[in-house]
Amino acid sequence: MTMSQSNKMRLTKALVLVGLVVGAMFAGLPVLWMLASSFKSNTSIFAYPPSLIDDSFSLAAYQAVFADPQKRRFFFNSYLVSSLVTLFTLVMAILAGYSFSRYNFRLKSTLNLLIIGVQSVPPITLMIPYFGLIVGLKLYNTYWALILTHMVFTLPYAIIMMTGYFNTLPRDLDEAVMIDGGSSAVILWRILVPISLPGIVSVGIYTFMLSWNEFLFALTLTRTTDMRTVPIGIQMLMGQHSFEWNQMMSMSVLGSLPVLILFLIFQRYFIAGMSAGSIKG
Amino acid sequence: MASLSVSTGSKNPPLQKLRRKLVPFAYLSPTLILLTVLMMIPIGTVLYYSLMDNVIITNTPPAFVGISNYLEILSNSEFLQALRNTLILAIASVVAHMILGLMFAMLLNTNVIGPFAKALFRVVYILPWVFTASIIAILWRLLLNPNGVVNYLLLEFGFIAERVEWLSSRDLALGSVTFINIWAGYPFYMVSFLAGLQGISNDLYEAGKIDGANGVQLFRYITLPQLKPILVSLAMLDFIWTTHQFALIWMTTGGGPIRASEVLSTYTYKQAFTSYQFSMAATTAVISLALTTFVAVFYVRHQRANEQ
Repeated sequence: MTMSQSNKMRLTKALVLVGLVVGAMFAGLPVLWMLASSFKSNTSIFAYPPSLIDDSFSLAAYQAVFADPQKRRFFFNSYLVSSLVTLFTLVMAILAGYSFSRYNFRLKSTLNLLIIGVQSVPPITLMIPYFGLIVGLKLYNTYWALILTHMVFTLPYAIIMMTGYFNTLPRDLDEAVMIDGGSSAVILWRILVPISLPGIVSVGIYTFMLSWNEFLFALTLTRTTDMRTVPIGIQMLMGQHSFEWNQMMSMSVLGSLPVLILFLIFQRYFIAGMSAGSIKG
Repeated sequence: MASLSVSTGSKNPPLQKLRRKLVPFAYLSPTLILLTVLMMIPIGTVLYYSLMDNVIITNTPPAFVGISNYLEILSNSEFLQALRNTLILAIASVVAHMILGLMFAMLLNTNVIGPFAKALFRVVYILPWVFTASIIAILWRLLLNPNGVVNYLLLEFGFIAERVEWLSSRDLALGSVTFINIWAGYPFYMVSFLAGLQGISNDLYEAGKIDGANGVQLFRYITLPQLKPILVSLAMLDFIWTTHQFALIWMTTGGGPIRASEVLSTYTYKQAFTSYQFSMAATTAVISLALTTFVAVFYVRHQRANEQ
């Protein structure tokens, strides 16, 4: 009896280990191949038989990306747009979250529902009117076109999350400040915001990531190469007559680094934000 | 709210009262302005376009045509194929994401490996989620290239007899795109399930074991019911997101070959920017909106029910 019990345990353990390794291969091998290909020469990308590392191993593809002012520009644009989107989203979400968390007013639940509902609007639905609207506002092919349209998709999530964080903070804090004669702005920026910094960081990272990854509006609302962001820049590399696979892979690695680094540093916030987002919506 | 009057005093009560009423709207005003200009007005515009003919780029003035655009599009075989493909992509992705996400979460939730190894595996499992759609698209174009490493491995192990055109064959394109979307999307489920699993009290399992339940029964009668609220939320969110997916399809197959992997988003894009049929594009855009709104209504109701 005890023998078979421990055998069964051992079998379960082995199965779990096999599952873990197979899963890691499924998730990780494609990524490993991306990294490996970024160090190859373009001629050895489809070498037969394929190998992870061959004698063409070099940093040449990375050097080529860094040396090309056009590709550097893609990265500059992406960093600029994503950073500004994050900054504006956070400020607006903090203000809105404060309002939803601390005030009761008419239309509150309607507005709240609206903000939740807005998240499900397909980007493709907005693309056609945006095209006319952005041209009409004289914002076509500018950073503002991207910043404002990205915020339509980052802001609802950020507001829901910020409202949630502020709701967890006791109202005694506010009342203490008010008795000391502080205004609502003091309560918000001096008290609530510093306490909810972890929450703000996780919302900020998520916002940065959404903006960094945005594709459809970056494709339709900019025209010239100097206004393109990294996702579009990668697509442009693909559209050219010859496929510089090694450079596309090195650009992909470089294009993923900001999110990957943010993810590794703030893993816990990330995961908390992701799961809270799905549960609270 | 009562405490507010302590600090603000009451020299001019009606004005004070009005001011106080406006404070929450003042905090909300940047958001409301942005969402009005870039969400409400555009939705109104796209609805208007869908009821008109000759909009945006035309020589003739726009004309009101009522629902005739809808009647036309709903009998268009290309549109119907895009709708069908969208549903196949979304439903297959949701089911596969759920199974993979749950499997990985349960593997990570066992005590077979130590905390460090667990953290390492978790990072590897989340990896696909870190990459943006356009990067995932070119990575898989490299992997699934007829001369690529996937074909090499499948040939070596004898799963296929000759090189397969994964993305440019009419029979396989939709399946390949779906597979890529599955690879890219399961980590979100995994992370949410992991949080959910850690929230299940151990007492439940202990009680189950005392009652003589085996592993499968514990899963069936404790784990699944406990995860159900998360599961339903995720499925609905994922369905909405997958029907929105554009970049991944656009950059792997472009909806081709010959519409084999066309989805609503790529179809709408082509109607607008390849054929300049803006009225038709607006009509399909409104249908996409209706489709996701339908699911979103259930999502919101489900969330509300969970909160109570």
